[in-house]
Amino acid sequence: MDPKKLKYAKTHEWALIEGNICTVGLTKFAVDLLTDVIYIDMPDVGDPALKGDSFGEIESVKAVSDIYAPVEGEITEINDKLVADPTTISQDPYGKGWLIKIKIEGKQNLDHLMSYDAYEKQICSDAH
Amino acid sequence: MSYLLNTPDDKVDMLKKIGATSIDDLFSNIPDSVRMKRLLDIPKSLTEIELTRHIDLLANANLSAERSVCYLGGGSYDHFIPAVVDTVSSRSEFYTAYTPYQAEASQGSLQAFFEFQTMISQLTAMDISNSSLYEAGSSLAEAILMAMAITGRSGTVLVAETVHPEYRLSFTTYLANLEPKVVTVACPGGKMCLNDLASKLDDSVCCVIVQHPNFFGNLEEVEEISKLVHAKGALFVVAYDPISLGILKKPGEYDADIAIAEGQCLGNPMIYGGPYLGLLSCKEAFVRKIPGRLVGQTVDRNGKRCWVLTLQTREQHIRREKATSNICTNQGLFALRAAVYLAAVGPKGLTETAELCFRKAHYLMDLLCKIPGVKPKFNLPFFKEFTIELPCNAQLIIDSLVDDGILAGLSQARWNPNLVNVMTIAVTEKRTRSELDNYAAAFGAAVNSFIAHDKSKAFKS
Amino acid sequence: MDKSQSTGLLFEISHKDRRCHLLPDCDVPIKSSSELLDKKYLSNQSTGLPEIAEIDLIRHFINLSTKNMAIDCNFYPLGSCTMKYNPKRHERLGSLGGLSNVHPLQDDKTCQGMLEILWEMQNYLGEIAGLDGVSLQPAAGAQGELTALLVAAAYFKDKKEHRTKVLIPDSAHGTNPASAAIAGFDTITIKSNANGRVDMEDLISKIDDKTAVFMITNPNTLGLFDEQIVKITDLIHKAGGLVYLDGANMNAILGITRPGDFGADMMHYNVHKTFTGPHGAGGPGSGPIAVRKQLIPFLPAPIIIKTTDGFKLDYDRPKSIGRVRSFFGNVGILLRGYFYIRTLGPDGLKQVSENAVLNANYLLSLLKDSFDIPHGDRCMHEFVASARNLRKEKKISAMDIGKRLLDYGYHAPTVYFPLVVSEAMMMEPTETESKETLDSFAATLIKIRDEDAEFLHNAPHSLDISRPDEVRAAKEPVLRWKK
Repeated sequence: MDPKKLKYAKTHEWALIEGNICTVGLTKFAVDLLTDVIYIDMPDVGDPALKGDSFGEIESVKAVSDIYAPVEGEITEINDKLVADPTTISQDPYGKGWLIKIKIEGKQNLDHLMSYDAYEKQICSDAH
Repeated sequence: MSYLLNTPDDKVDMLKKIGATSIDDLFSNIPDSVRMKRLLDIPKSLTEIELTRHIDLLANANLSAERSVCYLGGGSYDHFIPAVVDTVSSRSEFYTAYTPYQAEASQGSLQAFFEFQTMISQLTAMDISNSSLYEAGSSLAEAILMAMAITGRSGTVLVAETVHPEYRLSFTTYLANLEPKVVTVACPGGKMCLNDLASKLDDSVCCVIVQHPNFFGNLEEVEEISKLVHAKGALFVVAYDPISLGILKKPGEYDADIAIAEGQCLGNPMIYGGPYLGLLSCKEAFVRKIPGRLVGQTVDRNGKRCWVLTLQTREQHIRREKATSNICTNQGLFALRAAVYLAAVGPKGLTETAELCFRKAHYLMDLLCKIPGVKPKFNLPFFKEFTIELPCNAQLIIDSLVDDGILAGLSQARWNPNLVNVMTIAVTEKRTRSELDNYAAAFGAAVNSFIAHDKSKAFKS
Repeated sequence: MDKSQSTGLLFEISHKDRRCHLLPDCDVPIKSSSELLDKKYLSNQSTGLPEIAEIDLIRHFINLSTKNMAIDCNFYPLGSCTMKYNPKRHERLGSLGGLSNVHPLQDDKTCQGMLEILWEMQNYLGEIAGLDGVSLQPAAGAQGELTALLVAAAYFKDKKEHRTKVLIPDSAHGTNPASAAIAGFDTITIKSNANGRVDMEDLISKIDDKTAVFMITNPNTLGLFDEQIVKITDLIHKAGGLVYLDGANMNAILGITRPGDFGADMMHYNVHKTFTGPHGAGGPGSGPIAVRKQLIPFLPAPIIIKTTDGFKLDYDRPKSIGRVRSFFGNVGILLRGYFYIRTLGPDGLKQVSENAVLNANYLLSLLKDSFDIPHGDRCMHEFVASARNLRKEKKISAMDIGKRLLDYGYHAPTVYFPLVVSEAMMMEPTETESKETLDSFAATLIKIRDEDAEFLHNAPHSLDISRPDEVRAAKEPVLRWKK
């Protein structure tokens, strides 16, 4: 997946919106910050996703972070292969390391999601 | 002061290097308005000779189990401690080390904790165990917090009335401002009433807590309870007696989800209630919800097997307010002692210890129940502790036997004012037949004298 | 010296039918459990415990012990842990049979000596805190925090005030928010300012009529005394809240200032730190709490009272929160704390803090030209240095330095705590170390700074093992031995 074509949340999730399905993952920046990922706590298929609310946790040896839903809807799929081997997220955060798919409910305002350039700008300013 | 090393000359040199005019200068950040203008009001210092004399006197003022024969139980027992336990735990390298954050410089303690975790898991037939908690009461609180996180239920915690009253009070206090309600399951006959359990079990129950053997010493119907609990999707939490597992079914054999225990009996002194040793084991699936320290096996950079503290992201220093537990230590030294104890007794020794406790307790129960007016409170199977009903106030007998150098047992009136004539007695492998015979004789004499006294009083009035 | 013959796992050196502890024959004419008990109660499976002879058991554990660093062998400047010397008289006196063999449920009149010691300890801890009531019950500092917060919750409930918030500075130890959450409060984080003190503006903006407790560690986790403390406690009191002092750093202020005097309403002690209990590779600790008068009714039961009839455990406390553990408390550690206080007396305790602060400032002065010390050149009993510049310039981390210190026979400082300083190395020398020890420790640190980066990444070089693979340990946890 080309990171430039994705949308981004302030909390470092990327979102790929195709029709009413939103695929969610974590950015390379966030994954690198976590260092070695050892465990990902995922929701169940069928759980509701609430915009801005945590739907899971990602753990490294030293830290644990919430993962937040960029859109509202129902969780229709989780990446089982990633749960089995969490290191995939470090190797391929924009591809095989995707986290979940959400079926977007109704018409939603997605203005809170940033473009690639805006996100790049944010992480540059965070780093200082 | 022998613990302070800086001489007046040292202090001058050090202050000069610091660039301070005086030691007082180093405290200049503390506002003068809150500085102490007097010395603390505590007694003046004592040398080792003086302190030893003072403490010897006070220690001798206690009727300890060293100078008496102790039949007290209720979670703390006068079991024998093999000398090897003290030898190992008094090694400076073990007792003056701290939390093994630097694994390379802590392999001794880390390996010992790994062995402890393994032995507690073997003993209980449970998948995994942590490297210990404070003691049994707060361990049950931790087990409940864990059960809430695992089941996602926070409605009710069901607890048998036969669980140690201090354990019940401990976790009830922990839960005071959290969601779950603690509901007691009735135990009219000295063990959990299965009908009452069934009537209270519903989808809001996160766990059911049973102590086996229970506070009165009776065995509970753990297998049936386990089935009832699991049928409603709740977790079965059992508090067991580690020594009893030399004979009795292990928590894993009856499908307990979380097993906790007071580990004092595994080579630790009674020392007026603590430090003790909380044991917590559970099913593998709960590994990320288990509270407290965990030691895991791994390899170093050269592929050599070694041990580290692991899964630390569960802990409060990382998870802060989202942590399931606030515990940030284990009872390291006492876990070590338990490991040495279990290795010293081994499988045969543990079974023999349990068998001796069992037989001697049953022998004493038989003797006591030959005393007119004394009878078993419950007709239930028991392990090393049993409860009897007396024809008089149990506390009177306890008080009277102190003069014979006997700590006779626990008056249940302490926890339940309706049980003034009820006493619970614990017997360990240390007791000899002659001690038990003497005890029964003194007990009989005391009971008789109180009955005679009561009769004469009744006669006079 | 190869120790591997005796330090395989117990289960690997186990040998069928070897014994260490033997039991006497049964001397009572009673049937066995298998005859008397219904078989549904009896276990069908072996415990699987190892079978080991006494000498093999001893060699195993004694050789294991030599793989540890410990205060009795090495300087141990582990910040925030107060790793002071553990006097040997404590161990001898604490294991006297007249103390260690007292049962927790025996009647008060049969253990007056024990009760007298603990009653005096209650009083000493109240006096040192400048507070009115003490509970010796909590088993550790974290449990003390929780107990005090439960006391605060019960106090507000009794006053019919609905207060839901606990304010906690961002530099606080993680137990503070974890305890607050279990006590049922919402936690609000307060920022630290550039000097490592409470950001007053942020604090003021977050105080309101829902504020129950402000938890402060003072001296704080950076080793700094917050001189705004009186202003802070006044603000909290004016808003109707209570101030909790995390007593982790009491070693800096014994007899110098008292939490009660600077406005704290409740606090916990870490007796094992401040009054030196052996840390036992992780515990046991003891975390008694002291509180102001209005909170006494809510303390856990029992507390010890002195009557004309001797010392008694007082359970008659109708407003008490209950209890947080079974039995009286971690008496073994409380006894050691008592021995320490009695050995030192009022002068000695004050000198403890004076020397702890002198030693920390001296060590800081030896290191300040060679290491980055972000919060000034004065401290209380500990300070935080940072390896952030070294990381930038030479790619050396705090961890590398800590690991290399092990080679030189020093325990590492606390690394990566507090979280508010990057590449933190927190050092607490304590009062029981000499100038010579501090001189050579500082010289070693400075020497390490100039060592080859690659060499440091691979440190330690001379210990039993090199750096363990923590990722592997966490990814597929192996928490027990299996056949």
